[in-house]
Amino acid sequence: MSRFLRLVARDLRLALRQGSDATIAVMFFVLCVVLFPFGVGPEPNILARIAAGVIWVAALLASLLSLERLFQTDYEDGSLELLSLSSLPLEATVLAKTLAHWLVTGVPLIVAAPLLAVLLNMDSEGFGVLVLTLTLGTPILSLIGAIGAALTLGARRGGVLLSLLILPLYIPVLIFGAGAIDAAINGLTPRPHLLLLAGILAAALPLAPWAGAAALRQAVE
Amino acid sequence: MPVFAGSELTCLRGDRLVFTGLEFRIAPGGVLVLLGPNGSGKSSLLRVMAGLLKPLRGTLGWDGVGIAEDPDLHRSRVQYVGHLDAVKPVLTAVENLAFWAALAGAADPAGNARAALDRLGVPHIAGVPGRYLSAGQKRRLNLARLLAAPATLWLLDEPTVALDRAAIALFEGLIAEHRARGGMVVLSTHTDIATPGGEELHLDDFTPYADDEEAGDEEYEEEGAAP
Repeated sequence: MSRFLRLVARDLRLALRQGSDATIAVMFFVLCVVLFPFGVGPEPNILARIAAGVIWVAALLASLLSLERLFQTDYEDGSLELLSLSSLPLEATVLAKTLAHWLVTGVPLIVAAPLLAVLLNMDSEGFGVLVLTLTLGTPILSLIGAIGAALTLGARRGGVLLSLLILPLYIPVLIFGAGAIDAAINGLTPRPHLLLLAGILAAALPLAPWAGAAALRQAVE
Repeated sequence: MPVFAGSELTCLRGDRLVFTGLEFRIAPGGVLVLLGPNGSGKSSLLRVMAGLLKPLRGTLGWDGVGIAEDPDLHRSRVQYVGHLDAVKPVLTAVENLAFWAALAGAADPAGNARAALDRLGVPHIAGVPGRYLSAGQKRRLNLARLLAAPATLWLLDEPTVALDRAAIALFEGLIAEHRARGGMVVLSTHTDIATPGGEELHLDDFTPYADDEEAGDEEYEEEGAAP
C-alpha cells in the first residue's frame, strides 16, 4: 500500500512541478464552455437548456487532453520498464497513475463546473447534482482513458488514435451524467442516473487497471 | 546455493530469430559477460532474464524452479539497468533515486539514495534536477540504483556507456564487492570491464544464420516502421 501511495505522490509531484498539465485541462474546460454563448447566441433560455450537456461534453474533451501523456513519458525514459520490474503489481501501477491523473485533471474540473453553470444560467436545482455526477463520472473518464493510453502507447499519432478509441466509450457516462442533471432540473429524481454512473465506476475500478496492465505488458516487450 | 540458469532459450523479435538453443548458468559470485556484434541479441537476452520479454521456447530457472512459476519473486531478485536512464527531468537526483529505493521496499529511501550517490562519487549532484545532469552523471545515478535498491541479480546492459575511466574503475570495484557478497552479475559490453574469473557468452554462437549484415538491416527497418 505504501508503495502504491509512493507512486501516486511521485506522479503528483511530477505534475505539479511541470505545472502545465494541471492548468491546461481546466483552462481548456472553461474556454470550451465559454465559446458556446458566442456560438448559439446569448439567449438565456437556450443556454440554460443546453447547459448540462455542454458542461459534460467539455469535461469529456478536457479529460482527454492530457491522457496521452499518462504513460508516454515513463515509456520513453525507461521508467515503465523499471516499474513493471518492481514488486508493485502492474495493475496497481496503472491504478496509481490513473488516480494521480484524476487528482490533477479531474478534480479541478469538478471545482470549476459550478462557476460555468452560473455562466450558462443553469437552473440552481441542478448545481448539486452537477457536482455529484462529475465526482462520479470523472474517475470513470480517467479509468477508461487509461486503457486507451496503454493501448496506444508507442503508436504514431497516438493522441488522435486515443481520442477515436476512447470517445465512443465515454457515451454512456455522458448520457447518464447529463441525464441526471436534466432530471433534477425538471423536478424528477436523478437517483437512477446516479446509480447507473456509480455502477459503471464500480465496474471500471477493477477492470480498467487489469486491461491497462495487459496492454502495458505488450508495450514493454 | 542458488543457481540462475537458462536452457534451450529461443528468442524471436518480430519475425527474426535472434538466438536459439542458448544455455547459460551462473552461480553465486559469478559474472557472465555477454559478447557479440550489434544485433546479436545481448539486450534481448538481458530482457528475457529480467522477465520483461518472454522467450519463444526454453526455460529460465532459479535453483531449479522455473521463474515463470513465480514472476513476482523473480522481480524482487533482479535489478535491471538498461539503455534508458529513467531520470525524471524535474526531480532532483536524490528524489529520482529515493523513489526507486522506496518502491523496492527500502526502510530509509532518502538515506539509501544519498549513500549510493556518495559511493558512486557524485554526492554533489544530490540536489540537482535531472534535466541539468550530464549523460555521465545520469548514468552514475542510474547505476546508484543498484546500491540504493539492492538485489541479488544485476542485469546490466552496456553499463559503462558515457562513463569516464575513473567511474569505470569505481564500477569494477562495485561489481567485485557485489560478487564477494554472493551476488550475480550479467552484463553486456563493448568496452573492457575487468571481471576476474568471469565467464563469457558469445551470442553469435547461437545466431541461427551467420548473415549479420542482413539481420542488422532488418532490425533497422523494423524500428523505422514501428510507430
